[in-house]
Amino acid sequence: MGFVGIHWRGIAEYIGGGPIDRWTEGVDMYERDGEKYFVVDGHVHFWDASPANWLPGQEQYAKGWIECFHAYMALGPEETHWPLEKFQKYSEEDFVKDVFQDGHVDAGIFQPTYLKEWYREGFNTLETNAKLVEKHPDRLIANGRWDPREGEAGLKQLEEDAKRHNLQGVKLYTAEWRDGSRGWSLKDPEAQVFLERCQELGIKNIHVHKGPTIWPLDKDAFDVADVDYCATNNPELNFIVEHVGLPRIEDFCFIATQEPNVYAGLAVVIGGLMHARPRFFSKVMGELLFWVGEDKMLFASDYAIWEPKWQVEGFVDWDYPDEEYSDYPAVTTATKKKILGLNAAELYGIEVPQELRLPAEAGTPAAREDAQLAGDAT
Amino acid sequence: MTTRARVLDALGSVHDPELDEPITELGFVTSCEVTFDGDVDIVLRLPTPQCAPNFAYLMAADARKAVRRLTAIRRVTVTLEDHYTGDEINAAVARGEGFTVAFPGETDDDDLDALRELFHRKALLARQSRLCEALLASGATAEEMCTSRVADLPDVPDARRCLELRRDLGIPREDASPAFVLPSGEPLAACNLERWLRTARLVRTGLEVNGGICRSLLQIRHGLAADPEEVPT
Repeated sequence: MGFVGIHWRGIAEYIGGGPIDRWTEGVDMYERDGEKYFVVDGHVHFWDASPANWLPGQEQYAKGWIECFHAYMALGPEETHWPLEKFQKYSEEDFVKDVFQDGHVDAGIFQPTYLKEWYREGFNTLETNAKLVEKHPDRLIANGRWDPREGEAGLKQLEEDAKRHNLQGVKLYTAEWRDGSRGWSLKDPEAQVFLERCQELGIKNIHVHKGPTIWPLDKDAFDVADVDYCATNNPELNFIVEHVGLPRIEDFCFIATQEPNVYAGLAVVIGGLMHARPRFFSKVMGELLFWVGEDKMLFASDYAIWEPKWQVEGFVDWDYPDEEYSDYPAVTTATKKKILGLNAAELYGIEVPQELRLPAEAGTPAAREDAQLAGDAT
Repeated sequence: MTTRARVLDALGSVHDPELDEPITELGFVTSCEVTFDGDVDIVLRLPTPQCAPNFAYLMAADARKAVRRLTAIRRVTVTLEDHYTGDEINAAVARGEGFTVAFPGETDDDDLDALRELFHRKALLARQSRLCEALLASGATAEEMCTSRVADLPDVPDARRCLELRRDLGIPREDASPAFVLPSGEPLAACNLERWLRTARLVRTGLEVNGGICRSLLQIRHGLAADPEEVPT
């Protein structure tokens, strides 16, 4: 482990924020085999799913949701599993230790999940996250959210949030139920109004949850086609597809191949597969490297579903297991540096210390033309 | 063959709609009891209580349909256990009603049919490519792949399933029909084979990975042993 105590002053200066926290002095940059990695965790949570926060009458859903998450945790190494009680509500100290101290994360991005129909104060909201950001302004970024079904009131709230929290990004859930509506689409004209407002407000990173979901009943909640549509229409915005569209990785890849502003958010890919299904993990990474390319893939732990420590360490050590994978793009140290932090740092304007950057032109992007040719077989 | 063996055999023809794997191999059949008089009780479980209700419904309904087709069977009861919409699904399946009836005002059967067709198309692409890769590995040429006929296909599970999927999709599957087809039913062109395989591998990876996650979650939830081919080292 290397010792890098100084660079955080530079970053705090660059992105604003308060005084250096006591624990950022002496932060340990992750170092392995003489290489140092700048880690941006693109998807962290600080939630409260304890029974005290369950909305009366909705307990079964609040309970089911967190238990479903808890089952996913078991896909990680056994020594990283938590008891359900801690998983329902963990402390600020746990967060700081797991993410920053042990987890090698240099900067974390909060993706909020409101779920106010089930949880009194919400599951993990911008407001809660912002309190943590206030304490650790040089290491955390809070993203907002919107829902086009909220109309004018929603736009007003978005504006307030953007100004108060200096938002750079939002997290969207198209599959969320609301007042009898069973989800929405980024193709809806109302969504375009919000996307345009995002541009005006300087919110340029649109994270869209396209992954495992329990609602709704019938609509194809996994459909990623709407991302294609709005990415074309809003070239100034970046669309980060969280969970790479699982279980529809192929649909996502075809879109990402064609749209330069569509990115892969690796939450669940690393946490859910790298330990539990290592050979499948290598295949998925190989496919993503081929179709999407190492410049458009973003590391994310999905903490607290999984701790970042084993994911960062495992990913730095990862390579294809054998020659069965020889057809996939090569994985280099530069590939890993980009995915672990440099790509996200660029999207969020996070200053990366000089010694942790890559020389220009390092690595190879996806074979875009090849991929484009092949994208229409279904 | 005992009645129970025939019932299990019939359940083996029921596939998870998205993964295109038999529910028996996925570990979704918890128990299967047949009384002396021919009453059948089947219990199904899914990897999590929150698995998509529409897929859960399809599997329960398909299971009942497959078993009711058998002879010397009286009453067939399919129970989906440990699922948050289990009561609604079980009631609708028992009455032979559609998914829409199970959740009035919340669903639309047309959506479900379209989704099922999309899954069939993907499954066909994935299965064909696995077959094709195996044949290429054993020395066949690209040209041969694109001129071969259904009658030339080896008698293996992937080939049999391809023909079932072609039946369901309305793609011709006579002996003289092309062995490998595009969604239109047109034969694959040799010059496109590499591209086609590349795309198919991605679709297949998606299916296999989802199957892997489902298996892992089921194993964790029920304390089952991990399947041998993918044990962490």
